[in-house]
Amino acid sequence: MTHRLKPSQYAILVAVMLTASVGDTLLTKGMKQVGPVDLHHLSLLWHALFNPFIDVGIILLIGFFACYMTSLSFADLTFVMPATAFGYVVIALLSRFWLHEHLSISRWIGILLITSAVGFVANSPSRTEHPNLDRMDSGVAL
Amino acid sequence: MTAAATIVRTWSCIVFVAALAIAGECLIAAAMRKLGDLDTLRSGTGLRSYLGPVRAVLSSPIFLIGALCMALNFFAMLFTLSVVDLSLAAPAIGSLTYVGNAIAAKLFLHENVDRRRWLATSFLAVGVVLVSR
Repeated sequence: MTHRLKPSQYAILVAVMLTASVGDTLLTKGMKQVGPVDLHHLSLLWHALFNPFIDVGIILLIGFFACYMTSLSFADLTFVMPATAFGYVVIALLSRFWLHEHLSISRWIGILLITSAVGFVANSPSRTEHPNLDRMDSGVAL
Repeated sequence: MTAAATIVRTWSCIVFVAALAIAGECLIAAAMRKLGDLDTLRSGTGLRSYLGPVRAVLSSPIFLIGALCMALNFFAMLFTLSVVDLSLAAPAIGSLTYVGNAIAAKLFLHENVDRRRWLATSFLAVGVVLVSR
């Protein structure tokens, strides 16, 4: 086995990148509408559940967790890591082009670094082949 | 509180939150690796076919401990944000988590972290600091 990913498995990794970042952005937008919540106004959290941005955000984050765990079932943690980190890039680009925030030079360099990290691992084997791993797969270790 | 005590508190909070995240992600990765490809656990058609994988994941003790670590991580993060500035906590925790994950994946999950993945990890650590500042 060469541990190349199927197109559907790449799609799951792309979903990991998009759902976490878009979900977080929607939660931020929703909570800004709801207003600050503190210990004395916990009932605001109940009202937050009726905000459409919050609802879609929660659904996306549940989808993120499902996709993240599915990806860990066929790929190494160190292979999936750049995909989760790419969420930072998506958030930065969303804030630049949707929320029209200013991105400093250092943020652009950060975006470049994370993107190249994704490039480094994207074409490499997604799963370690190791005799110890086969033992672990059978449930001896851990 | 003296300056030294503040620095110790700040960094012990940051390291503690990152350690919980690393423990949680590694335990969840170990649990999912043990379960293997989730498609093989599906049976039947439509949405019902996902019941098998969901049941398998939720009944894995390693997954449950990992999820507990993630939940504790969430509350530890809330506490940390009440005593440490977000502009320091977010990049520090993010980049520590990525480096720690790579080390833990090599030590405990025996993943083959080759030069390419170390390079990717260091780029991620620096990149996350730059983006979230």
